Amino acid sequence: MAKASKRIGRKRRYATMLKKAAQLIFYRRHMEPGVKGWELRKKLGSDYPKVIALLDEYLRSIGLTVKTVFEDGSSPENPTIDQLDKARFYITLREELGLEDMKFMGWRIDDLAGLAVSLAYIISKGGKAPRKDVESLLKMKIPEWRVEMNLSRYLRMGYLMEDENEQLYLGWRAGAEVDQKKLIDLLLEYEI
Amino acid sequence: MSGKHSRRMVREELRRIIELCRAVENKGLNPFRVNVNDLIAVIRLYFPRLEDPEDLSLDAEALNQIASIIKMQSEWVKRRATSLYRDPFLIEEKLRRLSTQDLTEIFLKTWHPIVELEQVTIGSLRMAMDYWESLTPLSERWKEEEFLKVMTERTTREELVKQGFLRDEAFLSEIEKMWMELKEDAGSEGKIDYWDFIGADSYEETIERAYLTSFLVTYGYASLEIQPLEEKIFIKPNEKPFLKTSSQPVSFPISVDYERWREWRKRQRE
Repeated sequence: MAKASKRIGRKRRYATMLKKAAQLIFYRRHMEPGVKGWELRKKLGSDYPKVIALLDEYLRSIGLTVKTVFEDGSSPENPTIDQLDKARFYITLREELGLEDMKFMGWRIDDLAGLAVSLAYIISKGGKAPRKDVESLLKMKIPEWRVEMNLSRYLRMGYLMEDENEQLYLGWRAGAEVDQKKLIDLLLEYEI
Repeated sequence: MSGKHSRRMVREELRRIIELCRAVENKGLNPFRVNVNDLIAVIRLYFPRLEDPEDLSLDAEALNQIASIIKMQSEWVKRRATSLYRDPFLIEEKLRRLSTQDLTEIFLKTWHPIVELEQVTIGSLRMAMDYWESLTPLSERWKEEEFLKVMTERTTREELVKQGFLRDEAFLSEIEKMWMELKEDAGSEGKIDYWDFIGADSYEETIERAYLTSFLVTYGYASLEIQPLEEKIFIKPNEKPFLKTSSQPVSFPISVDYERWREWRKRQRE
């Protein structure tokens, strides 16, 4: 009897923590969405990785997942608590998207193709490329005025970053949303 | 060759090395195109001739740029060894030849956009209403100080108190009243949680009590007990006002913010 009530108590505790974790990750409270591991630890306690795993399982049924982005951009198989504390947790779509989904997400086909070109080019150059080179690649298929506007949009949204030497880098959002290895592999596999 | 000419040639050579290294770095070119050994041999050759601080500074800058190239070479090798490395020219070629639709379709297979919510909840509305209720109107907060032109005259005791030169008896009696209250609240334990002592029904009153409490500690009527691991602060009344004159006074800032007060009040109500 005592064992059963203890189990129910633990279940209730995890259910509450699950709700709390969902709120913490879904609602944007800083400039960037998502939440850092140490913030989760502060609010949920030291077993927050377990709560996150439960939340991920729960979100599976509605096509979402908890994405963990580690500080150094790596993806360790068995991350340490320290790595998790420094990582950032986001909720992203789990499944692949189709062309028909794109309109619902507020993206024009040109803009999204431009984003794909910018990201793939920077990845191929080792994570850094001169803005001029990216611009000239985009100008091949997108009008000049739109190239400027698109690059500003990618920078504003966090897909790209730019330094004072006009070098473009991958931004925080690219790290959270884009499977970089898969993008490069698919590009190379594609038969023209 | 004259010394002047030779110095100019050395400077030009060093500048050329610096520019070459910078160009490779900024354009993301293959760093192995730079023959580091040759550049170092040139620097080594010229170094004994350098005396002018400006020339020595150029020499240091050139060495620094060569070090950057060596670092780039190391990163280049590391990147080529990773699974993510693919020939950039091949990728660029594909990017140039693929149609917009094909590119988008490929990208959609690798793109998992972040899902986030931006909406008002009942909880946040309640919190905002609480804040609004306790917010003092701007007309009171931004009251303009009026400056009066006055003639020099004999000052009064009240004026000196107002200007902080003398302690106000009323203020001291207020502090002593608080000291008595603290003694009573601390009870047999001899201490009370800081927030339980300063906390009041309104945020303004809480701030006022925190302000007076800071003087309780400064004037030696009470002392603080800080437990950093538990993140707790207790306040302990002293039997008699006691000022430590032997040691250096220590400041300990305690944040009494609105959010913390709201949480404390919620806990009290529960």
